[in-house]
Amino acid sequence: MLTKTSFQGKLTKTENLFIPFVVAGDPTPEMTIQYALRLQKEGADILELGVPYSDPLADGPTIQRAAKRALNAGMSLRKAIQLVPELRKNGVEIPVVIFTYYNPVLQLGHEYFFELLEENGAEGVLIPDLPYEESEEVRALAEEKGIEFISLVAPNSDVRIKQIAEHARGFLYCVSTLGVTGERSGEMSADSLSFIKKVKEHSPVPVAVGFGVSSNDDVKLVREHADGVIIGSKIIRLIEDGLEKVQQGNENEALEDFSAGIHELVK
Amino acid sequence: MQVFPDIKGRFGDFGGKYVPETLMGPLQELEAALDEAMEDTAFIEEYHHVLKEYAGRPTALSYADKISEHLGGAKIYLKREDLNHTGAHKLNNAIGQALLAKRMGKQKIIAETGAGQHGVASATVAAKFGLECKVFMGEEDIRRQELNVFRMKLLGAEVVSVSSGNGTLKDATNEAIRYWVANCEDHFYLIGSVVGPHPYPRMVRDFQRVIGDESKEQFLEVETKLPDRIYACVGGGSNAMGMFYPFLEDEAELVGVEAAGKGIDTPEHAATLSKGTPGVIHGSLTYLMQDENGQITEPYSISAGLDYPGIGPEHAHLFQSRRVRYEAITDQEALDALKLLTETEGIIPAIESAHALAQAFKEAGDMSSDQTILINLSGRGDKDMATLMDHFQEEV
Repeated sequence: MLTKTSFQGKLTKTENLFIPFVVAGDPTPEMTIQYALRLQKEGADILELGVPYSDPLADGPTIQRAAKRALNAGMSLRKAIQLVPELRKNGVEIPVVIFTYYNPVLQLGHEYFFELLEENGAEGVLIPDLPYEESEEVRALAEEKGIEFISLVAPNSDVRIKQIAEHARGFLYCVSTLGVTGERSGEMSADSLSFIKKVKEHSPVPVAVGFGVSSNDDVKLVREHADGVIIGSKIIRLIEDGLEKVQQGNENEALEDFSAGIHELVK
Repeated sequence: MQVFPDIKGRFGDFGGKYVPETLMGPLQELEAALDEAMEDTAFIEEYHHVLKEYAGRPTALSYADKISEHLGGAKIYLKREDLNHTGAHKLNNAIGQALLAKRMGKQKIIAETGAGQHGVASATVAAKFGLECKVFMGEEDIRRQELNVFRMKLLGAEVVSVSSGNGTLKDATNEAIRYWVANCEDHFYLIGSVVGPHPYPRMVRDFQRVIGDESKEQFLEVETKLPDRIYACVGGGSNAMGMFYPFLEDEAELVGVEAAGKGIDTPEHAATLSKGTPGVIHGSLTYLMQDENGQITEPYSISAGLDYPGIGPEHAHLFQSRRVRYEAITDQEALDALKLLTETEGIIPAIESAHALAQAFKEAGDMSSDQTILINLSGRGDKDMATLMDHFQEEV
């Protein structure tokens, strides 16, 4: 039996979850807080706060561009974690999962990384380039600190699906198709759906589907088969669409457009 | 002797598989196919047959009498990988992996390239074995290595220009991995150096060890003893690993030579072991160049084949265990060594190889005349003519 973590405490439901992804500091830390508030208002259940990285192997061009903008604005893993209390102060109540590549974690040091997460009140962590076989120490530390270590499972995980799913914490991230992150429509095939079904059979936590979900139709389809939907690149593009307005000082207009876009996506 | 890598793909503290989950399946499939192939004498025989009949192996071991005399001190020998078909050691590995790809039933290969030598080798084996080939190359390298880009296209490969980052090898590798993630079911990723996730560092080493195995045999034949010191340049480190590996249990002193670019005390260098720190790059835990936040930084070298911010994990292990001594040579020192070899021996080496030459030339004079040096001349300088013309035009 899992002990109840603050993640679970804050999660108000375990199905029909909406899990958006934003890059911390894209285009500024202040705007990240505003976008997070808008996402919460549009029904987000968990926030994935992405840490920009110079060499993101699992990401497509949209998230790479966002990472570059955030790095240029001086964002780092430490600063992204320290953004969590700022999100709280401004009214973000949903669980926050720090999404980061492994090398920045390694440079901070495992122990210090988890101390920072705990101190700043982040509820989860997701490291896309730290597969099950390499993550033993990190998983143990996460467990010790009561922080959810989110695992990923892919359509070609094959015999690994059972092992990964059984050890899942928080929610289980189901990569819908082979490939990097990015907007794609209509790629949810019968194979994807049977894969999701298999994952759900083994998972003790909600199963959420991500990678390529970019339209209201995709969202509806995922909702029929999984417990949650994860949306990244499409959200980043909505942020990108408002960049000019933000630069011109029309933040409110950019945020209104963003809210409308999100509403259309997850209605 | 402890066998590296271990079952988890580690060389001591280094190596492993730090990749997105989507690649774990393909890597396990590759590992199983590799283990099976390396145990299959028919596969090994075919590999050596192609090396002999097509690549032109064994390559010569040349005694560099003029340069030995010029420098005084140790006798200097060159292992002539520049005489390998396509002009560098890269082809040995490309042949091995292409044969493995075919054995696995994969008809499409992807590769990344910096200087273009690995791209040319990949395009060559693709033509030879009837495979489709896509080569990822940074746009800055495409500019620097125009001739090799043309060679790849002539061989029927598609060259994909990568504009992210500085448009060099690091960025081409990221893009190749991202493409592989999306297309791993029917594509074989032909990595060009002893880098990347397990089992790549081991596989590339094992396909390149032919350099060291041949050298050992040839050296014993002419000198009746093994060399006292062996030098090889190190970017990702495949020519060095291929040369060093068969000598690890012997007494020969092994020297890996990195690119110090404009100097290791400037920000413009590619001296990963001399100046880097441990971290994860392209799926492997190794030494790399990074900032305090763990963001990977851009390396610099005059040689497009050496400006890679990481290094093979086995080199990181050999560095940590002190079995290999690593030194760094500047652009200028490499160019001086290149010119000296060219004028005294009539051999124009690749700028990569000139780094190994420069370090050996620095040390040869302090050694005695009964000592011997072996330098791995990893490739020829044809591809570097544009760069060399910029530097030497007025002198010649």
